[in-house]
Amino acid sequence: MKTLEELKAIRDKAKQEMEVREGNSGKVRVVVGMATCGIASGARPVLNSLAEEVHRLHLDHVVVTQTGCIGLCQYEPIVEIYEPGKEKVTYVKMTPEKAIEVVDKHLMHGVVLSKYTLSSTAL
Amino acid sequence: MYRCHVLVCGGTGCSSAKSMEIMESLEKELKERGLDKEIAVVKTGCFGLCAMGPILVVYPDQVTYCMVAPEDVQEIVEEHLVKGRPVKRLIYDESMQGTEETKRLEETDFYKKQKRIALRNCGIINPENIEEYIARNGYEALGLVLTEMTPDEVIQVILDSGLRGRGGAGFPTGLKWKFASGNRGKVQKYVCCNADEGDPGAFMDRSVLEGDPHVVLEAMAIAGYAIGASQGYIYVRAEYPIAVQRLQTAIEQARKYGLLGRDIFASGFDFDIELRLGAGAFVCGEETALMTSIEGHRGEPRPRPPFPAVKGLFESPTILNNVETYANIPQIILNGAKWFASMGTEKSKGTKVFALGGKINNTGLVEIPMGTTLRTVVEEIGGGIPNGKKFKAAQTGGPSGGCIPAEHFDIPIDYDNLISIGSMMGSGGLIVMDEDTCMVDIAKFFLQFTVDESCGKCTPCRIGTKRMLEILDKITEGNGTMEDIDELEELAYYIKDNALCGLGQTAPNPVLSTLRYFRDEYIAHVVDKKCPAKVCKNLFVYKIDPDKCKGCTLCARGCPVQAISGKTKSPHAIDTTKCIKCDACVSCCRFGAIYKD
Repeated sequence: MKTLEELKAIRDKAKQEMEVREGNSGKVRVVVGMATCGIASGARPVLNSLAEEVHRLHLDHVVVTQTGCIGLCQYEPIVEIYEPGKEKVTYVKMTPEKAIEVVDKHLMHGVVLSKYTLSSTAL
Repeated sequence: MYRCHVLVCGGTGCSSAKSMEIMESLEKELKERGLDKEIAVVKTGCFGLCAMGPILVVYPDQVTYCMVAPEDVQEIVEEHLVKGRPVKRLIYDESMQGTEETKRLEETDFYKKQKRIALRNCGIINPENIEEYIARNGYEALGLVLTEMTPDEVIQVILDSGLRGRGGAGFPTGLKWKFASGNRGKVQKYVCCNADEGDPGAFMDRSVLEGDPHVVLEAMAIAGYAIGASQGYIYVRAEYPIAVQRLQTAIEQARKYGLLGRDIFASGFDFDIELRLGAGAFVCGEETALMTSIEGHRGEPRPRPPFPAVKGLFESPTILNNVETYANIPQIILNGAKWFASMGTEKSKGTKVFALGGKINNTGLVEIPMGTTLRTVVEEIGGGIPNGKKFKAAQTGGPSGGCIPAEHFDIPIDYDNLISIGSMMGSGGLIVMDEDTCMVDIAKFFLQFTVDESCGKCTPCRIGTKRMLEILDKITEGNGTMEDIDELEELAYYIKDNALCGLGQTAPNPVLSTLRYFRDEYIAHVVDKKCPAKVCKNLFVYKIDPDKCKGCTLCARGCPVQAISGKTKSPHAIDTTKCIKCDACVSCCRFGAIYKD
């Protein structure tokens, strides 16, 4: 170790790896339904691409996590987005590609992709 | 990139409750399900909540599981990690919010009033991964010191912070460094770390070494720069195998990253650290004995002066600080002396780690700002005393300390307050005692410890403590006289004044402080031949309450010496001449009919 910059580079990289341990208090929570119905319809790749995209874009205010069966099994994979002080947004029939779009548009720029939301789908 | 981290406590407490087995089966289970690339299993140091161990924390969900058994792993993986449904029956009660949400561990009652500086990384980072330490601003203080500060400036910051030695005596750390700072670069000097933690009930140093070993290395390098030393030694007990292994790993990693070795941060400063294992003698925690032991001699103390700052290890100027003291140093450098001095009381700055033990619900490690009252520690952080019993006293400072009775329950804990009421901070063991504790017996317990551990070099300690113990034996057996109490006290003061080292000089403290606050208990043992707490076996008998006894015969059958007799369905009686006071009948009786008198 010769310089403080060298140390800082290691620090910043390692800090990012540990970001997950900051927990979810006060953050935007992206929740993927991961019960049997969700997993069967492909929730795992959705969860992973969400997590990777959030990590790639350094969205430190976002935490990607999972939950059980939401109760709308025919619409799985379901992704719910909880933003403090805002109404919950529910995306249905997600795919890894749609998920990345959600991160880029909704989480980065606050634009709700209504074409994928539950309210736009005829129940 | 892992979407989820599962932290498993790898401290000694949880390890002895199979946390390493839990970790292995967790890794195996995740691998079998192909989740090992998504979910990281991280071994950490102690969370402090040892009573509830083994502890597992899942992030980002911030779910804390407690008292997990290896059999629970499958359910946690299947339900929580695969399906996202936390296993409610294993969640730490205090962290439940009544809703689906769980609180972070830091927000629970146990943690809320704590202020973690020395323990800041314990239970958060993987101690065997230097990068996780660096992620938490590790080695930044060393970098700052070497590139931007002069050695004298470093010492001034430590002086200004008001940091005092956490090993027990409370000597100002900055002053110690200053005394050793002369003739930099002209003479060989050493930096030593005292990790020979030996007080019964104290385990904070172990937890720091196990949970955050790099902080000690970083602080020692800073100290080395400040006084002009190039070599450090950590004297650690061989009885702490996990700590030894993690220290060794940490030293190797630090060397690999160039944070120990030659020309650190291109400053021209060289520093390296070696481990020395103690073979289990309590006296080696005394500074002069410790250094004698590092030199390869029998661990015996020598008179001071000369103090180590003048003539220490290998006759060279040496500073010796305790593990917890070092753990504060990098934070003081990074946040400034003012920040540190803003915590605590007038003469005791910062925080102190206590190991809570004895009759208390949350047995474990806590770090509190100096000046926190004993009541807050016991009732709020410690969760109170089990079974609705009453607080009688707390013992601090181990075999060198004394008791704090209930009348001082609201005393703000700091170095000087504890001394003024006849106890001492010590290394921070805090043993809580309830009304069922006999204070004469406690004094005897600690004295027995010093008698066993006396190195034998000086007469007051070798023979004096032995004689004191004999008198205590006599008293607890019911053969004591009032003259014995006087003699005990006289001997205690004599040893205090004449013993060679700190161990001997403080050995009588448990007796003196119990005599000060609980003399009536000594007198009850001597005059009434009674042990008020019913602990000393010669001074009470077991009796059966005929009104409560249903004559079920369970006790008679449970008695190993056939001391209980009586007809079925009529009250039984105990033959006190046969009774060996083994307490078996009490645990047999379902009606609470057997009592001590």
